[in-house]
Amino acid sequence: MNDAWITALLAQLAAHDVHADEAPEPGLAPARLIRLAAEDWGTLARVAKAAGGRWVAGFGEDNGEEIVINACFEKHGAYLVARTQVNRATPILPSHTPYYPGADRPERHAQDMLGIAFSDHPDARRWSRHQAWQDKDFPLRRDFPVAGRAVGPTPPDDKYRFLQAHGAGVYEIPVGPVHAGIIEPGHFRFQAVGETILNLEEHLGYVHKGIEKIAEGRDAAGLARLAARISGDTTVAHGWAACMAMERAAKHEVPARALALRALMCERERVANHLGDIGAILNDIAFTFGFYQFGRLREDWTRVSQQTFGHRFMMDCVIAGGVGVDINDAHRSAMLHQMTKMRPDIESLMAIVEDNASVEDRIDTTGYLSPEQAKDFGAVGYVGRASNIDFDVRRDAPYEPYDRLQVDVPVYHYGDVAARTKVRFHEILASFKLIEQIVNALPEGLIATAWRNPAAGAEGLGLVEGFRGEILTYVRFGDDGRIARFYPRDPSWLTWPTLEKLVRDNIVPDFPVCNKSVNGSYSGHDL
Amino acid sequence: MLRILAKIQKIGIITEPLPATDQVALEQVGQQLRDRVGELFSGSLAIREVDAGSCNGCELEIHALNNPYYGIERFGIHFVASPRHADMLLVTGPVSRHMEAALRRTYDATPEPKLVIAVGECGANGGEFGVSYASCGAVANVIPVDAVIRGCPPTPLDLMRGILEAIGKRSP
Repeated sequence: MNDAWITALLAQLAAHDVHADEAPEPGLAPARLIRLAAEDWGTLARVAKAAGGRWVAGFGEDNGEEIVINACFEKHGAYLVARTQVNRATPILPSHTPYYPGADRPERHAQDMLGIAFSDHPDARRWSRHQAWQDKDFPLRRDFPVAGRAVGPTPPDDKYRFLQAHGAGVYEIPVGPVHAGIIEPGHFRFQAVGETILNLEEHLGYVHKGIEKIAEGRDAAGLARLAARISGDTTVAHGWAACMAMERAAKHEVPARALALRALMCERERVANHLGDIGAILNDIAFTFGFYQFGRLREDWTRVSQQTFGHRFMMDCVIAGGVGVDINDAHRSAMLHQMTKMRPDIESLMAIVEDNASVEDRIDTTGYLSPEQAKDFGAVGYVGRASNIDFDVRRDAPYEPYDRLQVDVPVYHYGDVAARTKVRFHEILASFKLIEQIVNALPEGLIATAWRNPAAGAEGLGLVEGFRGEILTYVRFGDDGRIARFYPRDPSWLTWPTLEKLVRDNIVPDFPVCNKSVNGSYSGHDL
Repeated sequence: MLRILAKIQKIGIITEPLPATDQVALEQVGQQLRDRVGELFSGSLAIREVDAGSCNGCELEIHALNNPYYGIERFGIHFVASPRHADMLLVTGPVSRHMEAALRRTYDATPEPKLVIAVGECGANGGEFGVSYASCGAVANVIPVDAVIRGCPPTPLDLMRGILEAIGKRSP
C-alpha cells in the first residue's frame, strides 16, 4: 500500500485553492479522511481523476442537522475518504459523475434516498425510487418513518423514461422485471436492429428492501444477520465487511483463529459461486455438458461446506467479534481431500471447454469490455480483471489473514466472456491454494471475543474482496451500541453499468451469456 | 468429443439415492413426488419461480434442484418461463413494494387451478426484512398462499418435501 498519491492529491487541491483538512479518524483506517467545503466537491473529483484515483463509493447520512456526504477513492491500494456536508433545506452538491461515470447511479441513489440535488449530474432521473414512496420523500431522512407513508398497494412503475431510439427497422425489447429463468428481478430495455443490440438500458431497484433504513437501531448481532442477507451468494463476504467495519469502529480485537476461519469461508464462497457461474455461462451457450459437470462440482463443494460449517452457504457464521462455528481436524482433512480430488477434475473440464470449437465460437470476442471502459467505470472483481484492471483488495490492501498469505490474481486484457470465464477458473485454483495455506496453519485459540459497544459516533470502514470484487461497508454507531448508519456497497454497483456497454453490437441471443459473465447482484445493488 | 464422452462415462450417473442419513432419503421423497405428480397433474407439474424481493439465497437452492444430484425433472417437475404455463408459483420474498404489482400480475396470469408456495423465512413471514416502507413482508400479504417452505434458505431436499406436501393438500 502506497499512499503517496494521496499526499500528492492534497498538494494538487491546495494548488487549486481548495482547503482540505486531514482529520485522523482511526475507525476509517486504512483509509485517510479529509474534509472539504461543499463547493469544492466537484474540483475534488476533477483532481482525483487527474491523479489516477478510482472512484470507489459515495454515501451520505442525515445527522439531524446537516447531510454529510462521503466519497471514497483508491489508488495502489491506498484509500481516501473525502467528506463534506450540506444544509438539509438546500442540499445541493456538485456531482462526481462528469469525471467518473461509475458515480452516476450511486449519486442518483443518494438523490432518491436523502434528497441531495447533484447540480451538474448529467441524468437527473430517479434510480432507486419506483412508486413505493413519493417524489419529495426521502427514506434515509431522519423524519421519514421506517413504515413509510404509503397506503394501499404499490402501483407498478411504468412511467420510467427510457432512452428512445428511432429510425427504420429499430425496435424495442422490454424484458422483466420477472425474467424467464430462476433469477432475480430487474428490467432491461433493448433497442435493436435485426439481431444486433444498439443499446441496452438497465432499470433496477425492484428488490429494494430498505436495508439501509432497517439497519438503523439494530445492535451489532442484528446488523451481522442483516448483512448476511444483502446478497445470498455473498453472505460470508458481506457479513465479514459489516463486522470488520463494526470491529474497527469499536477497536475490537478479533482472535487470529476467527479471522482465518472467515477467510476460509470467504474462499469457499468464492469457489462455490465461480463453479456455479462457469456452469451457468456454459448453459447459456447450450453447452449443457459443462453446465451439469460444473453443477455437480458446485453441489459437491456446497455439501462439504455444510459438513464443516453446518450451513450450505455458511450463512450467519460470521458474527460481530469473530465467527460462530469452529472446525476440527476431520473437517480440515475433508476439505484438503476434496481439493486434491477436485483440482484435476476442474482442470480436465476447463481443457475440454477451452478446446471446444462451439464454445469458442460463442464466448471469444463476445461481450467485449475494453480496458479503458473498465477503468472509466472503476470495474472491480473478475469483470475488471478480465479487462486488465490488476486489483484485488486481498493483495493490494491486505487485511488479516491475507497479509501473510500468497494471493494469486489472474489478469487478462481480452475483456470478453471468455476472459471473464478464465479469470474465474484461475481464481478457483488461487482459492484452493489459499484454503490449503489457511487449513495447514490454522491458529489455535478462541473463535470470538465478547462484543462491547463503542461510544456513540464511532465509525468504521470494512473492505473485503467478495467473489464479485471489492465490498466497501460503512458503519456509524449511535447511542447504546445501536447502528446509526449502515452503507454496504456491493461490487455490482460498479459492474452493472459495464453490462450496458459490453452488450452493444452483440446479438440479442448473446445477451444472457454476457449478463451471466458479469453476474451483477440485484439484491446487493438494490438494497 | 472423446474427452467429453470419457468424462461422462467416468463420472457416470451421480443422481442420488443419498447415503442413508437421519433425513428422509431423497429417493423416497422423489418417489412420492412422482406418484402425486402422476396422480394430480398427469405426470407433469409446471412451476414458475418468482423472486419477489429475495436475497437470492433461495434461488440458489431452487437452482440446485436441477443439478444432477437432485435432478427434479425425473419426478415430472419442471420450471417454466411463463406463468401462463404454470400449475404452481414458487415465490421467494420478502415481497418488495417495488415487486408488488409484478407479483400480482404474475399471479393473475397463472391459470386456475393454481398452487402458490411461499419459500424461505422471508417468504413465510418477512424474515430479517419484515414490513417497512420498502417491503410488504410475507408473500401471503400480497397474494393467496397455499403452503410455505421455511428455512434460510430451505435446502433442496426441504424444497422437494415442501412441494410434495403442498400438492398432497390438493385433491385429485
